[in-house]
Amino acid sequence: MALVLTEEQTMLRDMAKDFFTEQVPVTNLRKLRDDADDLGYDKDVWAQIVELGFAGILIPEEHGGTGFGPMGLGIVMTEAGRTLAASPLYSTAVLGAGLILAAGSEAQKSELLPKIAAGDMLTALALEETNHHNPANVAMTAEKSGDGYKLSGEKKFVIDGHIADTLIVVARTGGAVGETQGLSMFLVDANAKGVTVTRTHMVDSRNAALVALDGVEVSADAALGNIGAAYTELENVLDLGRACLAAEMLGGAEAVFDTTLEYLKERKQFGVIIGTFQALKHRAAEMFCEVEICRSVVLEALSALEERRNDVPRVTSLAKARLSEAARLITNEGVQMHGGIGMTDDVDMGLYLKRARVQAQMLGDSNFHRARYAELGGY
Amino acid sequence: MTALDTFREETRSWLEANCPESMRTPMPEREMPWGGRNAKFPNPDTKVWLDNMASRGWTAPEWPAEYGGGGLSKEQNKVLQEELARLRARPALSSFGLWMLGPALLEFASEEQKKKYLPEIVKGEIRWCQGYSEPGAGSDLAGLQTKCEDKGDHYLVNGQKVWTSYADKCDMIFCLVRTDTTVKHDGISFLLIDMDTGGVEARPIKLISGASPFCETFLTDVKVPKENLVGELNKGWTIAKRLLEHERSMISGMGMGAGAASMGGMEAIAKENFGTDGEKIADTSIRQSIADHKMDQQAFGLTLRRASEEAKAGQGMGAAASMFKYYGTEVNKRRFELLLDVMGTQALGWEGEGFDSKELAVTRSWLRSKGNSIEGGTSEVQLNVIAKRVLGLPDA
Repeated sequence: MALVLTEEQTMLRDMAKDFFTEQVPVTNLRKLRDDADDLGYDKDVWAQIVELGFAGILIPEEHGGTGFGPMGLGIVMTEAGRTLAASPLYSTAVLGAGLILAAGSEAQKSELLPKIAAGDMLTALALEETNHHNPANVAMTAEKSGDGYKLSGEKKFVIDGHIADTLIVVARTGGAVGETQGLSMFLVDANAKGVTVTRTHMVDSRNAALVALDGVEVSADAALGNIGAAYTELENVLDLGRACLAAEMLGGAEAVFDTTLEYLKERKQFGVIIGTFQALKHRAAEMFCEVEICRSVVLEALSALEERRNDVPRVTSLAKARLSEAARLITNEGVQMHGGIGMTDDVDMGLYLKRARVQAQMLGDSNFHRARYAELGGY
Repeated sequence: MTALDTFREETRSWLEANCPESMRTPMPEREMPWGGRNAKFPNPDTKVWLDNMASRGWTAPEWPAEYGGGGLSKEQNKVLQEELARLRARPALSSFGLWMLGPALLEFASEEQKKKYLPEIVKGEIRWCQGYSEPGAGSDLAGLQTKCEDKGDHYLVNGQKVWTSYADKCDMIFCLVRTDTTVKHDGISFLLIDMDTGGVEARPIKLISGASPFCETFLTDVKVPKENLVGELNKGWTIAKRLLEHERSMISGMGMGAGAASMGGMEAIAKENFGTDGEKIADTSIRQSIADHKMDQQAFGLTLRRASEEAKAGQGMGAAASMFKYYGTEVNKRRFELLLDVMGTQALGWEGEGFDSKELAVTRSWLRSKGNSIEGGTSEVQLNVIAKRVLGLPDA
């Protein structure tokens, strides 16, 4: 696949760009934060996202979606990232739809995918148990109990956990902590007995939660994918999530770069525009190169997913590692080049900086992905 | 069968018949076909291959046939290149005349000049070098001072050029000279000078990496015929800029992946030197550095690919040449520094016992790579170009 967008993809991008710029500008996130909104997302905005077909963008038409595939999804995520749009897109349209598509039975797909596409169901992936992403580091247990299973343990950093109708829980039916075998996935009703969801307040003002399961009973058909062998499908969808996060981070990095460049052309000190200073020019030019590099790796990761290529893990790790580092550089420079006002809450730089660090930790930071890239390269 | 298919068939059988067997093997450095009045052909097949290709104008496939070129269309040339690649044929001619001067002449020279110089380039009869930089005009190229005075029936040139690659082996030099000292860019002209003229002297420059193709070229009271001026008087800067674009795109692709590749890859060397933990390189820090570098290289390669796809789709990445020159050369320098870390003392041999030829080549290439971000416009100049042309940041 090409690293340039097709005509259809360009139209999708333009539509998404118009929508997020006009309907979900950064002020939307500010309002959710300042109002201490209970949901942490805007229901009207979500309804519009559903209306535009973005919630079901990954879902084939036969299940009520628009079937644009990973490339289309990534394009939308980039535009959402540009305005820091807070919505359940990532938790539900990327991970929820992705996992059900990859691991679900025909019955689960037929029942759940149309609900996601219609915006009638929100999901959250309950995976992490430690301070760093590590999909094999699962201690939560799922013991056989009658015809079903009984789940116990604690999860953290569950994105959109407190608004989800259904939790997708990764638990251990066998193997030891750290092993990839013995992992299973279960669809758990967020209101089921024994489920405690506690919303956490993160620096980016976006949703995350602690989830505690205390002997939660689920039926056998709540299992998503094969018991004890869920890791492969999980990892595949995590790669989709990583590529989409990289795409979202690209939008944020582009926004910060564009805004900072404008500021360099306006702000005067010592009687001149500060953009005339070579110390700033060179750093701006380096950021430009970095943004161009980022665009290439994001498009490559999405293309690889679209084509189901063998190098998906390698290129998604490349994209996630690269974007985590680039977003760190660009948001830091954005604050620094804005000077004092860059430190104020009135200016959006801080919001992008905070979001970039949370995104970096989601599904693996640059250290995680650098190590994975090396391992996949056989060294 | 389309016309292009016919062309392919004919080309294939012609190449089969006219490309000597030894020209289908990897080319040793000493057999590089530079051409020129004093051309040496250690392998006589090199001469046969050059003459055969030149007879069809295929050393310059897309130049018009009236100037000795092949007169091929883009599509035909693509077929020719594919057929040459199929045979693994060596280039018939390596020449700054082909790569740099020729395209400029086609665009800016008079009809007489084209008729005189282009066929010589195609046949590899004249070897050209470039006289741009001066001791006092490096990054600030337009500050050049080599004086060119109008003496009625000839020009008189005095000055010094530097970094003139292969000047000691070349027949002619294309030069930027100052024809007006009262203005900067608009006082520069583009002049062709025969290296055999009295007053021209070329001395090789020894670099930190050892011997080099670079020379200093001294011009003392050199008389140049007036018909050797290309384009209008004082309009040479336009031609110079066009040539620099060619040069930048040549350098940015230079040497990528070489060095360690000849030794079976950096990872393999690191495994041998630091041991392994399962499949992994046992030294975590080296392993991470290698991964970082590999990611840089892959990301850069993808960006090159994206730029070419965008160009094909009629979208421009804008000032791509400067970005690639900057990024590519910096990545290349980092690669050699990392290779030094990975190889340890074996990358620091200068000559003689204790090092194999590949190891010695790494030492020299590492040192030579330092020049990549200086020649053809320094990294700092590239960043200036990006800031100005792409980002629109104002001048001081």
